[in-house]
Amino acid sequence: MKSKATRLASLGGWGGRKSATRLASLGGWGGRKSATRLASVGGWGGRKAVLRRPVFWYAVLCSLALTVSACGGSGGSAGSSGVKDGKALSVLVTTENTSVPAELKALANGKCKTEATALPLDIQQSPSADIQQKIQLLAGQDALPALFAGGNSFIDKGGDLQKNGQVLDLDKALTDLGVNDKITPAAKSTLKQLYSGTTPSLPFQYNIEGIWYNKKIFAEQHIAVPKTWGELLAAADKLKAAGITPFTASGATSWTISRWVGAYLFRSLGTNAMLDVKEHKAKLTDPQYVAAAQAIQDLGNKKYFTDGISGIDYDTANNQFLTGKAAMMYMGSWLLALVNDPGKNKIGDAVGLMPFPAVEGGKGDINAYPANTGAPTSVNPKLFGPKTQAWVKCIATNYASDSMEQSGTFSGFVMDHPVKNLPPLTADVQQRIDKSTSTVLWFEALFNNKANQDAGGYVVKLLTGSMSAADYMGLLQNDLDTAQ
Amino acid sequence: MESVLGNKKAVAVLLGPALIFFVGVIAVPVVWSFVYSLYTGNVIRGFTFVGAANLTRLWSDPEAHQAFWFTLKYALVVTAGQILLGYALALLYVFVLRRASTLVRTMVFFPVVLPTVSVSLLFSRFFQYAPTDGPINSILKVLGAQHVDFFSAGGTSFIVLVVMDLWRTQGFYAVLLYAGLVEIPDSAIDAARVDGAGGWRLVRHVVVPMSLPVLFSAVIFSFNASLKVFDSVLALTRGGPGSDTTPLNLFMYKTSFLSTDYGYGSTIALLITGVCLVVTLAIFRSSRRDLTKG
Repeated sequence: MKSKATRLASLGGWGGRKSATRLASLGGWGGRKSATRLASVGGWGGRKAVLRRPVFWYAVLCSLALTVSACGGSGGSAGSSGVKDGKALSVLVTTENTSVPAELKALANGKCKTEATALPLDIQQSPSADIQQKIQLLAGQDALPALFAGGNSFIDKGGDLQKNGQVLDLDKALTDLGVNDKITPAAKSTLKQLYSGTTPSLPFQYNIEGIWYNKKIFAEQHIAVPKTWGELLAAADKLKAAGITPFTASGATSWTISRWVGAYLFRSLGTNAMLDVKEHKAKLTDPQYVAAAQAIQDLGNKKYFTDGISGIDYDTANNQFLTGKAAMMYMGSWLLALVNDPGKNKIGDAVGLMPFPAVEGGKGDINAYPANTGAPTSVNPKLFGPKTQAWVKCIATNYASDSMEQSGTFSGFVMDHPVKNLPPLTADVQQRIDKSTSTVLWFEALFNNKANQDAGGYVVKLLTGSMSAADYMGLLQNDLDTAQ
Repeated sequence: MESVLGNKKAVAVLLGPALIFFVGVIAVPVVWSFVYSLYTGNVIRGFTFVGAANLTRLWSDPEAHQAFWFTLKYALVVTAGQILLGYALALLYVFVLRRASTLVRTMVFFPVVLPTVSVSLLFSRFFQYAPTDGPINSILKVLGAQHVDFFSAGGTSFIVLVVMDLWRTQGFYAVLLYAGLVEIPDSAIDAARVDGAGGWRLVRHVVVPMSLPVLFSAVIFSFNASLKVFDSVLALTRGGPGSDTTPLNLFMYKTSFLSTDYGYGSTIALLITGVCLVVTLAIFRSSRRDLTKG
């Protein structure tokens, strides 16, 4: 019978036994015997070949494995648990995220200088459109950086990265480091809601969302700050009649519209509105959910939003509000960066923030703001060595005050010292965050990737009336039912 | 030559590298894609065999149907436009402008070398509605017509997309067809003229039949390129509003890389391959006769 080595060689068209021998001899293995031996390493050889010198080959394989493993960990330092640091504190975030890299660099040059000297900061950025694909590929090769922007559905409990043990349990890790109390209760509450009771993300930012309004226009039109949906509609009617655009939003950045649907749902159905959908206790096609989409479509039908909304980009929408061309805008507290910039804010002190109004007869609490903890950023447990631990401890301790002082932005960490001379509106938002006892998520927070895409992709059609509210919610429910 | 081509080793040496390259770049990914279409999952979770489930899903997925019909509609309209406009320009070059056509050819060809993203930005500004009117809406306003928010509806977005792609690519087809027209012997044209043919009759009965081979090539180029449209749609409308201007390629990209549904994405890719193959074979079949031999 022809040996397997010979058959293997003949598959490639090398001919018979002679060719197999020739193939082996190319690598300097010698003659016919060596060819048989070569084949036996891969389990191709016959019984005799396997039994000939097994001990020798096991020794070769073991020494190779040891060499590879010894090379792989070079440059790292091991903690008590045996976990090694990388060569740097590698951080992978989206290109659009400018504030977190800037603040980490500021910490590396300031309050975390010791940690940065021991483990230099290495920031990598990738466009948000590609980053989850990149994270998947890196995770597949077990090559995730120390800190990375994992998508919500990946790092959630039961998500692919959590299941694979590629996301650090920050609740335990920060407790072990003695800094778990450095995350604010509000941020903890948001994280637990978002990630099914787990804490897989560092709260680099903390933002509440609501309706920003122009106090000057409201005063001129004798409009009181609306507390109910009915009052908001009445205000919009009055503004429209006076020739003022009531609301602006960006069709190009469609979440600025779809968040209206979520906010309405949380006011009408209460805190668990979207959690019930995730847990299959309710469907987006249920009448009370469709009613929320219908309420937002009605705003579009009454032409309350800026004309030509599909062409309005994010900057233009902000600009319309901050130059007084629109009276109201739904947005997060990150808008303060623009509000506090005199070059961008042309209405000065006229900017005010109101919570999303209550829906008449609804179960939601007007003081429960939609909140988020910024772009999700997880820690790789395989690179959580002592130097990375020191970095994370330093971040948890210093990030909040530093980011407030440097850029006037809020984070989910506790401030290690109060920041003085805050602009009045910033101080007001800070108070609202501090007073907030409960928060709600946003419309797409618990969606999978496909539903997330479609919630934004189709919302302009919903607002302009070319898609019915029932079809919009039906499409999203279908995404939740069928997509991964 | 015969002795070389009769030698199997020589044939292997000559064909081998190209064959290996073709197999590596074309055949392997196609087979790989087919294998992926039988699975669901991703690189972190791993892949699970689902058999024909992705194919069944494709068959009953309204979004896939919409993308398929949009792709066919787009390919038909754009191919017709490219060939008709290109042929009209080529006739203009040969019979009207003659030797003075160089400058016009250069100008018409210029958009071909522009990056698609730049052209898309240009056209989005042309057809802009908010926050300020673009030139098209300004003209409509001067003429007393209503403003049009072109990108808020599928129909008007499609029109802008077609106009943009025709403007961007007609120069290429004009030059391609021009090359076919200049190959027609002057003697044939002169003979037709002596026989009394002129104008439209000359074009219909002499020029078109004699340039059919290059016309068929242009149709195959154009239809296949249109079936695979991706960059111009992504840059101009991002497939929206909703999925009204989403072709199969963009649907495949979104499914595979944004929704990370690689198995279903591969199934869509196979559909695109199948459609391109069927269209090319159909066009070849209809031109099986060797037109160069009359």
